[in-house]
Amino acid sequence: MASYSTNEFKNGLKLMIDGDPYSIVECDFVKPGKGQAFTRVKIRNLKSGRVVERTYKSGDSVEAADVMDTEMQYLYNDGEMWHFMDPNSYEQIAADATAIGDSKQWLKEQDMVEVTLWNGSPIAVVPPNFVVLAVTDTDPGVRGDTSGGGGKPATLETGAVVRVPLFIDIGELVKVDTRSGEYVGRAKD
Amino acid sequence: MPARFSRLIPEVSEPDWKPSASPELLAKRAKFLRAIREFFYTRDVMEVDTPVLTHAAVTDPHIESLQTQINSGGKSEQFYLNTSPEFYMKRLLAAGSGSIYQLGKVFRNDEQGKLHSPEFTMLEWYRVGFDHHALMSEVDQLMQFLLHTETADRMRFLDVFEQFAQVNPFTATVSQLQACAKLNGIDLSSPDMEKDDWLALILTHLIEPQLGQDRPVFIYDFPASQAALARLHQQDTYITAERFELYYRGIELANGYHELSDSTEQRKRFEQDIQKRSDAGKPIYACDETVLAALAAGLPDCAGVAAGVDRLFMLSEKLEHIQQGQSFISGS
Repeated sequence: MASYSTNEFKNGLKLMIDGDPYSIVECDFVKPGKGQAFTRVKIRNLKSGRVVERTYKSGDSVEAADVMDTEMQYLYNDGEMWHFMDPNSYEQIAADATAIGDSKQWLKEQDMVEVTLWNGSPIAVVPPNFVVLAVTDTDPGVRGDTSGGGGKPATLETGAVVRVPLFIDIGELVKVDTRSGEYVGRAKD
Repeated sequence: MPARFSRLIPEVSEPDWKPSASPELLAKRAKFLRAIREFFYTRDVMEVDTPVLTHAAVTDPHIESLQTQINSGGKSEQFYLNTSPEFYMKRLLAAGSGSIYQLGKVFRNDEQGKLHSPEFTMLEWYRVGFDHHALMSEVDQLMQFLLHTETADRMRFLDVFEQFAQVNPFTATVSQLQACAKLNGIDLSSPDMEKDDWLALILTHLIEPQLGQDRPVFIYDFPASQAALARLHQQDTYITAERFELYYRGIELANGYHELSDSTEQRKRFEQDIQKRSDAGKPIYACDETVLAALAAGLPDCAGVAAGVDRLFMLSEKLEHIQQGQSFISGS
């Protein structure tokens, strides 16, 4: 199994720690003028998303995690699993609710998403930063009010609920930032 | 150019030739270096500039030398870049130089981070007739002169560990230090360490960030096992090293000794270092016979200290990363 020495550590490196895949978020070198050097890292558990701190004696090696981020197309949800396809190989994979997490509210069929594969199995799905979704439910639009002040909740076709300006009507398309869950603007077909 | 040719030319981004520090910041650095020289000039301490290249790599088990070759007379000779000018300066002292200081580049392999750079500017000075307490006072004066600090605190190694980690560093066992680290949320993935390594872990992770927040603080009277090149003395029930370190705003700035002048004891320590390097599977180097010969010939009673100039400048200008105050990042 491949491994990395602490002096190869850098942000984004994927490691196997206590049986789980982790990604390095922050990395620093700590050493007294005389004495043992340490490499202190903040690492994100790629399954749970939790960030923890760890310290290694400099020079130690840590097993590499076989983790790959791949662009895939979201196909459909069968009620239990979410199905994705590699657009190059047409190979399909299915991810469970744990792997999908909060991303499920942004998944629209045909959209391209980033799927993190660990030993070939999906463990995380990241939607595009911006998605365009149809409004399926909201209070009737207030004509003439284009200020956007105030706002109201709107349910989107994927089930997500976002605050939109008062003038937005059912059936309209809106652009949303998936990182913050905020309305960005109206969208056209 | 016809459009059909332009796409054949690969896109080359222009090399980033610009310095990492602004001309204004570099002017401040120049003023900073000048102030250091002024400090020693008024104290009648002589500036020296000893070679960067040396035949003997440092034997310290935790410092790695960079190496290079010099070709002369058809032969290729192995040299190392100094990790500190200490041994050359001690040879000057033994030859009767009197008190001396040096501002120069030193090199250390495998050290890179917010506070570490593989090459950095070191200020090292030796005071004939001083012990480590007298030298701490002078380091304090330099701090006040350069960084306008208040009078520094002084704490024994023992007191620092008792106050910040509730553990006695002299009597604690490895498993007690392990428990102390764990209790304080330090999650270490390399459990096979000796006692001094555990002390280093607790010092760097738990104690150091809290040290010297308002004013600089000296830690002194280190455990004998961390004496490096300092003299030992009996203090109460413990044997301690006449060594000190300076911290300010959570950053280690200087390391000083009442210098060991006994060449037999020094050889013993070099040999212990070499044994530790060998046990750890690190490259082994012969000890520097020239500095041992100088000690045997007679090193005057003196104290010496090395301070990281880039870190001092970081604090002076409130920089976040050591490289922000350097003209260029090495090799960039």
